[in-house]
Amino acid sequence: MRITCPICGARDRREFYYQGAAVALDRPLPEAGAQAWDDYLHNRDNPAGPTRELWQHEAGCGAWLVVARDTATHEMLGAELAMTAREGA
Amino acid sequence: MRFSGLRVLKEGLTGNKGWQPHWRDPEPKPAYDMVIIGGGGHGLATAYYLAREHGLTNVAVLEKGYLGGGNVGRNTTIVRGNYFLPGNSEFYSHSLKLWEGLEQELNYNVMHSQRGLINLFHSDGQRDAFARRGNAMINQGDDAELLDRDGVRAFLPYLDFDNARFPVYGGLYHPRGGTARHDAVAWGYARGADARGVDLIQNCEVTGIDIDGGRVTGVQTSRGAIGAKKVGVVVAGRSSQVAAMAGLRLPIESHILQAFVTEGLKPCIDHVVSFGMGHFYISQSDKGGLVFGGDLDFHASYAQRGNMPMMEHVMEAGMTLMPMIGKARVLRSWGGIMDMTPDGSPVIDRAPVEGLYLNCGWCYGGFKAVPGSGHCFAHLMATDRPHEAAARFRLDRFRTGHGLMDEEGTGSQHNLH
Amino acid sequence: MRLSRGGLIDRDRTLRFSFDGRGYEGFAGDTLASALLANGVRLMGRSFKYHRPRGVMTAGSEEPNALVTAGTGGRQEPNLRATMLELHEGVAARSQNAWPSLDWDALALNDLFAPFFGAGFYYKTFMWPRGFWEKVYEPLIRRAAGLGALSGAHDAVIYEKAHAHCDLLVIGAGPAGLMAARDAARAGADVIVADEDSVPGGRLNAETEAVAGKPGHVWAREMAAELAAMDNVRLMTRTTVTGAYDQGSYGALERLPADVAARPGAPRECFWRIVARRTVLAAGALERPVAFAGNDRPGIMMAGAVRAYVNRWAVAPGRCVVVFGNNDGAHRTASDLLAAGVHVAALIDSRADARCDLDVPFHPGARVCGSRGRKALEAVEVAFASGRRDKIQADCLAVSGGWNPTVHLACHMGRRPEWDDGIAAFVPRAGMVPGMWTAGACAGAMSTHDCFRSGAEAARGALDDLGLKAPAAPAPPRAEEAPYRIAPLWQVPGKGRAWLDFLNDVTVKDVALAARENFRSVEHMKRYTTQGMAPDQGKNSNVNALAVLADATGRTIAETGTTTFRPPYVPVPIAAMGAGAQGQGFAPRRLTTSHTASQAMGAPMIEAGLWFRPSFFPRAGESHWRQSCDREVAHVRQAVGVTDVSTLGKIDIQGADAGRFLDFVYTNTFSTLKAGRVRYGLMLREDGHVMDDGTTARLGADHYVMTTTTAAAGQVMRHLEFVHQCLCPGWDLSMISVTEQWAQFAVAGPKSRALLDTVLDAPIDGDAWPFMACGPVRVGGVDARLFRISFSGEHAYELAVPVRYGESLFGQLVARAEDMGGGAYGMEALNVLRLEKGLLTHAELHGRTTAFDLGLERMLSPKKDCIGKAAAARPGLTDPARERLVGLKPVGAIKQLTAGAHLFDEADAATRENARGYVTSAAFSPTLGHAIALGFLSHGPERHGDMVRMVDHLRGIETLCEVTPPTFFDPDGGRARD
Repeated sequence: MRITCPICGARDRREFYYQGAAVALDRPLPEAGAQAWDDYLHNRDNPAGPTRELWQHEAGCGAWLVVARDTATHEMLGAELAMTAREGA
Repeated sequence: MRFSGLRVLKEGLTGNKGWQPHWRDPEPKPAYDMVIIGGGGHGLATAYYLAREHGLTNVAVLEKGYLGGGNVGRNTTIVRGNYFLPGNSEFYSHSLKLWEGLEQELNYNVMHSQRGLINLFHSDGQRDAFARRGNAMINQGDDAELLDRDGVRAFLPYLDFDNARFPVYGGLYHPRGGTARHDAVAWGYARGADARGVDLIQNCEVTGIDIDGGRVTGVQTSRGAIGAKKVGVVVAGRSSQVAAMAGLRLPIESHILQAFVTEGLKPCIDHVVSFGMGHFYISQSDKGGLVFGGDLDFHASYAQRGNMPMMEHVMEAGMTLMPMIGKARVLRSWGGIMDMTPDGSPVIDRAPVEGLYLNCGWCYGGFKAVPGSGHCFAHLMATDRPHEAAARFRLDRFRTGHGLMDEEGTGSQHNLH
Repeated sequence: MRLSRGGLIDRDRTLRFSFDGRGYEGFAGDTLASALLANGVRLMGRSFKYHRPRGVMTAGSEEPNALVTAGTGGRQEPNLRATMLELHEGVAARSQNAWPSLDWDALALNDLFAPFFGAGFYYKTFMWPRGFWEKVYEPLIRRAAGLGALSGAHDAVIYEKAHAHCDLLVIGAGPAGLMAARDAARAGADVIVADEDSVPGGRLNAETEAVAGKPGHVWAREMAAELAAMDNVRLMTRTTVTGAYDQGSYGALERLPADVAARPGAPRECFWRIVARRTVLAAGALERPVAFAGNDRPGIMMAGAVRAYVNRWAVAPGRCVVVFGNNDGAHRTASDLLAAGVHVAALIDSRADARCDLDVPFHPGARVCGSRGRKALEAVEVAFASGRRDKIQADCLAVSGGWNPTVHLACHMGRRPEWDDGIAAFVPRAGMVPGMWTAGACAGAMSTHDCFRSGAEAARGALDDLGLKAPAAPAPPRAEEAPYRIAPLWQVPGKGRAWLDFLNDVTVKDVALAARENFRSVEHMKRYTTQGMAPDQGKNSNVNALAVLADATGRTIAETGTTTFRPPYVPVPIAAMGAGAQGQGFAPRRLTTSHTASQAMGAPMIEAGLWFRPSFFPRAGESHWRQSCDREVAHVRQAVGVTDVSTLGKIDIQGADAGRFLDFVYTNTFSTLKAGRVRYGLMLREDGHVMDDGTTARLGADHYVMTTTTAAAGQVMRHLEFVHQCLCPGWDLSMISVTEQWAQFAVAGPKSRALLDTVLDAPIDGDAWPFMACGPVRVGGVDARLFRISFSGEHAYELAVPVRYGESLFGQLVARAEDMGGGAYGMEALNVLRLEKGLLTHAELHGRTTAFDLGLERMLSPKKDCIGKAAAARPGLTDPARERLVGLKPVGAIKQLTAGAHLFDEADAATRENARGYVTSAAFSPTLGHAIALGFLSHGPERHGDMVRMVDHLRGIETLCEVTPPTFFDPDGGRARD
């Protein structure tokens, strides 16, 4: 598997750290309530198909990326820097 | 038909013409008391125990493919009861007891073999953590022994004791740990459930869950609508998709776990060996193949196939720990879809829809859990009360923080368990 | 027998080898299989279950029967395919799965009991009496099962791994692959051509046909030479592509020639990770047998293999050959045999309308329905079109049931091939693997001409995709273009066992039985009968078995479907895919600057993650680690000790928002910390549990240095980057790990200041360096950093210098400490010192504990948000019944405490239901003179002064303890502050 880092170019999967769904970008407010925090921390759409997720080019430039990827086929649909991305954008 | 050596002999002498189907292929009825979605190990075991323990036989198991086609037929066949946190501890202990004698219970040789499991440790800190685990196992009434380096050497003389990157300090020995023939477990439960009147319906994909006024009334399938008073969802690997049919969003992310088998070899590994520093575990099947695996591929996936980095890492772990397996050739690799939860432990609970029950989130503990999971889930579906051995597998534990069972201590990142 | 002429062998180079101890001779260019056949050896193996005598059946890596073992000890290699083992001088091969000998195998008895050993019989028996499975049946089965054996010795052969990148990977160097490679290479693409065989050419090396007016193998050799001479082509022979993975990643196994592998330091095999922008799969096709009674006897071979042995190796697999087939390949085989002077006793073509222009007894519409012979074929039984049956004497039967395209790699991503009625075989669909084209026989092109054409087409498609312009390539050379005519024939009905899976001994009856028992799904049939699960992974048998299953269940083959194709295409040694990891290579070794000096002082170095740290520093007269440890503790408590703390993570954080950022990632506040001061910080995961702790120093207005624990350094760095880039990307902030840049030493004890005064360029001004102060100092003219912090509870400092001065500084610090009545101390003493003070390590911060559990809930600042704060407020995480940190000291007769023990109320039995907590860390405190421990106990802080029972079942220790506060020594902290 290979991911195209917007900074470094196409690199092998072993350079990257996977964290999880890009929902992690949308941190609730502290007082958002138990359900909002449960959804943020635990509950997932977990689609069998295209999804947006967070990876870090840990063994490369260190950039956190929002990677669009198909979980059924492993097709890479795009990657952008998390610093400039926003969930759903 | 009862299976026995005598029957094999008799059939052999008469041309093997008398063997019967192990299960029927019934047409689905318009409605059942209970419908189990998912004809894997857990679903088939649930159906079996519903019939066996609760006398409920107006039950259908709906399987979109073939029986036992999911993770029960795609794992490293390890059976153990060596958990240490309350919840897991009593559940896996309960499950292990059901394994013991399963052949006689099912009249099907699932080849459960308690060849002993050894978890190696490689530092003083790891020894203390394993001591805590082993003591918890004994508190639970199960078996555990702490081996020092020489104790490990007596069991596993072929490990690299001289030059391994992470020296072996000792091991936690679990004599009742072992392996079983994975497919046979599914088939044995299927045959037992079928014989008691449960309808096992293959090639029947559930496409919708009918809910009326907050209550389940049945399911839509590729073979038509089927009514049901209660519906159990037992579809590890597809839990999120099926739950979504009832409007639920689960604390699950799906990940790939690879496993590998080598060509057949004469006996060389008698035990199940687990190498924590390398995340590597291995046993040898009765056929002679070395069966082994490692960690998740770490990225979410439904593809049922792995990638090279983790494959190589698993091989590397094997080579540093036991370089005598170098000439064993990997014959086949495969990948199962793991329901990963935020604490690495499963859910057996009522869903927030009346009549809907969830059995999911087995991470990679699912195979050894099959008897216990079926037994406890059948109890829950039949009585609407949790079985005491699975009472802590609650869906709401993440929201409340009560009773989390994070054996790895890695927190609410699904793939780290 | 060796033919007197012909073949691609080098008759000038005779090679000696042995099989089962008997010496033979062969030629360079032989495989073990061809050389054994040349010597008249036909019995080469025994089958898995029935131990049936078996001979070589194929000429490739798919060989199911001729599996042998070579080498001994750490070089012993089981399950080698005799067909792939290139003969070299001195090869000593042994048969396997036979006892006492291949000729007289005791377990051949199993064959007599075959009626009882049908598909899945073991699921129905061995259940009585209950204990016998593990004690009697299973041990017997295990001993009988398996094929070859590992020696049990550590692997003693070198393997390697390598990476390669290319524009186009061509898999297979037969006609289609060579043509694709030629056109792509001429267009300027970087091309890798990988072929499993030792010479390129594929079937051209096994056939007699001409290409461009010359022998096919000559054309292939010339084309390969042309490619090899191009800078943009890497031609890899002996290289099997084993798996197709995502985004053009492929695994490949290269076997080095024996003479190369024999050189000192050279590997035997190399596992390649190839990244290709585009791929042409030109893997050819595999011939399939026909299932008839007794179709497994030595001497019964694939027709294409017979041609290969005759044409490539100049070996006649028999003196009197019968050829049997359902396609024109059978005729070609008979023709080649005749040309080589081998007697062809009959040509049996199952097609009633077939014609023959060869001078052989020809029987259209006939079928072979049985075989005779004991350890080798003696005669075949034939059912003629007329209905008459007769025997024909023969010592070799060449069989062709048609060809199966080698679609495996195209299916590795989970897509299924489709059934093609025209060639009665599965063929790949387009786009099964992104970026992959298929060409040649593996795409269903069955003549050499069509292979050339489809290879060129595939190259054109790939070049288009790559944005390269295909040159006006010359037309493909003239080649054979006979149509492929086949009439499917899967099984010949009749009595007796007809084999499908030769190695696993699966017969037509087994598949029929499986269907009758309702194992009708192809996956069920496979798993129930073990069909296709042997080392050839069904390459010789799966399609036939599907056809039999389809017949038994009244479905078409297309409806029946295939099982899943999984990597690797050929079995790959664990040592090859795990190359480099044996011994120390598995993980990096991180060494501190004091490593060499510590070792010189006799300190055992122990793993701390990837780092190595000294356990203790033994001195003369000390025979037990406890003596050294107790002395080192006393040094620190009474004089001064020195230890290397460089392994702790150090993260440099700078920017206008650095303080604000630290407030967000720590539970407590750092923006209010004064420059020149250090503060202890607690960091949570977002789920409310403790991630790590450590001190952070403020070096300037916008400049902090954070320390992490050794274990969590990587995790914390990643976490900080996540919080910054993902949660507060706009903040003015940057950070970098400086763990490797600074060597840092703790100098601890009442004399620490006096010691430092001897190494610092200016002595310490007491007022300027109160407890938790930090700042720049100079050591021998070098800029350094000094932190007055303590992990021992003593007056202590940590001194950091650029890493290149670490070794020197450590030597000086230790020497001066020794002069002052102290010395170096190791991990054991460090652990005792922190335990006496109730300070935490990852034994306590094990990922399941909260600030509340640790008694640090007051560090959660109420004035601000921070990572983990919301989740830490969940009711389950603040329940007073949680297990919370306490100290423990023994008060009963047994004075020992052990980490990993559990805690119970005094009167309770030691069961799970009664467990109240557990011990995380324990040690003997030389300072206090008794054992101490930290642990977690339900309602812990409310229970100080209570008695609890500690039970360690595993170590057989049980003791009564008093629950205490976690700090045992100097609870007010005066020693560190003064």
